[in-house]
Amino acid sequence: MCETCGCGDPEIVPIEVQARILSDNDAQAAHNRSHFEHLGVLAINLMGSPGAGKTAVLEATAKAAAGRLKLGAVSGDLATERDADRLNASGIVSSTITTGSACHLDARLVHHALHHFPSNESDIFFIENVGNLVCPAIYDLGQAANVVALSVTEGEDKPLKYPVMFQKADLVLLTKVDLIPHLDFDVAAVEDALSRVMPEARMLKVSARTGEGIDAWLKWLEERRPPRTGHRGHHDHHHAHDHPHEHAGDHPHEPH
Amino acid sequence: MHEYSIVASLIDRVQQEAVAHGGTRVHRLHVKIGELAGVELDLLKTAFDTFREKTICDGAELAIDTVSAAWACPVCNRSFAKGAILRCDACGQPACMVRGDEIILERIEMEAPDV
Ligand SMILES: Nc1nc2c(ncn2[C@@H]2O[C@H](COP(=O)(O)OP(=O)(O)O)[C@@H](O)[C@H]2O)c(=O)[nH]1
Ligand SMILES: [Mg+2]
Ligand SMILES: [Zn+2]
Ligand SMILES: [Zn+2]
Ligand SMILES: [Zn+2]
Repeated sequence: MCETCGCGDPEIVPIEVQARILSDNDAQAAHNRSHFEHLGVLAINLMGSPGAGKTAVLEATAKAAAGRLKLGAVSGDLATERDADRLNASGIVSSTITTGSACHLDARLVHHALHHFPSNESDIFFIENVGNLVCPAIYDLGQAANVVALSVTEGEDKPLKYPVMFQKADLVLLTKVDLIPHLDFDVAAVEDALSRVMPEARMLKVSARTGEGIDAWLKWLEERRPPRTGHRGHHDHHHAHDHPHEHAGDHPHEPH
Repeated sequence: MHEYSIVASLIDRVQQEAVAHGGTRVHRLHVKIGELAGVELDLLKTAFDTFREKTICDGAELAIDTVSAAWACPVCNRSFAKGAILRCDACGQPACMVRGDEIILERIEMEAPDV
């Protein structure tokens, strides 16, 4: 007898599944990761609150890396093309992922953007996630590393309030440090908070305004760059393979 | 509100399992959600109640098994108290999460005349 709905006496069987609910996203992320690896691109998922200074850090990064590194970016801006315009102006080839009202990017959105991206030449590919300290952390996009921007105007206890986001971070960029002299911000307190939510706590202090710390950030990125694969430069579109793009995403692409 | 997208993925998966097993009607879903999964249980329930209508999950119950977070040293296996610094005093190693970030569909109870 089914006590849930009183429907009489149907045959109820338990079906064991034991699978991640987001396994479709995981598969799509693995597919994206194979794209990035194939191209020898370092993919960075850049997260943080709205206004944390994500776009500004990328602009400063472009300035510091000009002539040395080719940077690409997709921006999960909520409604406008503003971030992508700013990034393009700074020399980062970039496009917008229009998410509508979504609070995070998922692997399918990033895949679509990859296949429409105007360049296959990037050394580092930034994915500027939707400004949100909760949802983006849950969705693997195929990135090599997660970076969280936390600005000095946000308060030292943010890591304790949003442990999921900071636990998943490979690096925290403490942004807008040029403002510290004007604020009551305790750097040691934010370091302590991070050490309680992030096992390998790593934080760099940066200012997009003054350029402080941008070299250390570039060095961190350089250390993570994969060896060049030689798989790019000879296509005019780096995802120009001809697979149908409504695929389940569980096949790696072979060079064609 | 990614709880809505989690529920959408959940119902898709249940639909696939129902087709694979000849299930006609779902009575109960058992899911496991970790404390550090980043999922708000109230929002998940609300999202499920909203989205299950007119799907295979219409009328089904969502049973949520919550999992508290646990961290341990990968070398000496010592566990960490809640809120502690996540690096082992003895070994200097960063802690590893033992559990607490699960977002898992464990089991579906369904009417499946053919099984
Ligand atoms: N003082 C100062 N302001 C900054 C810095 N970086 C960003 N901002 C300001 O913070 C605001 C949000 O920056 P933006 O890059 O758009 O943040 P995003 O939403 O995370 O991409 C803008 O008004 C910036 O001018 C910085 O290093 N120093
Ligand atoms: Mg921005
Ligand atoms: Zn593809
Ligand atoms: Zn969300
Ligand atoms: Zn130890």
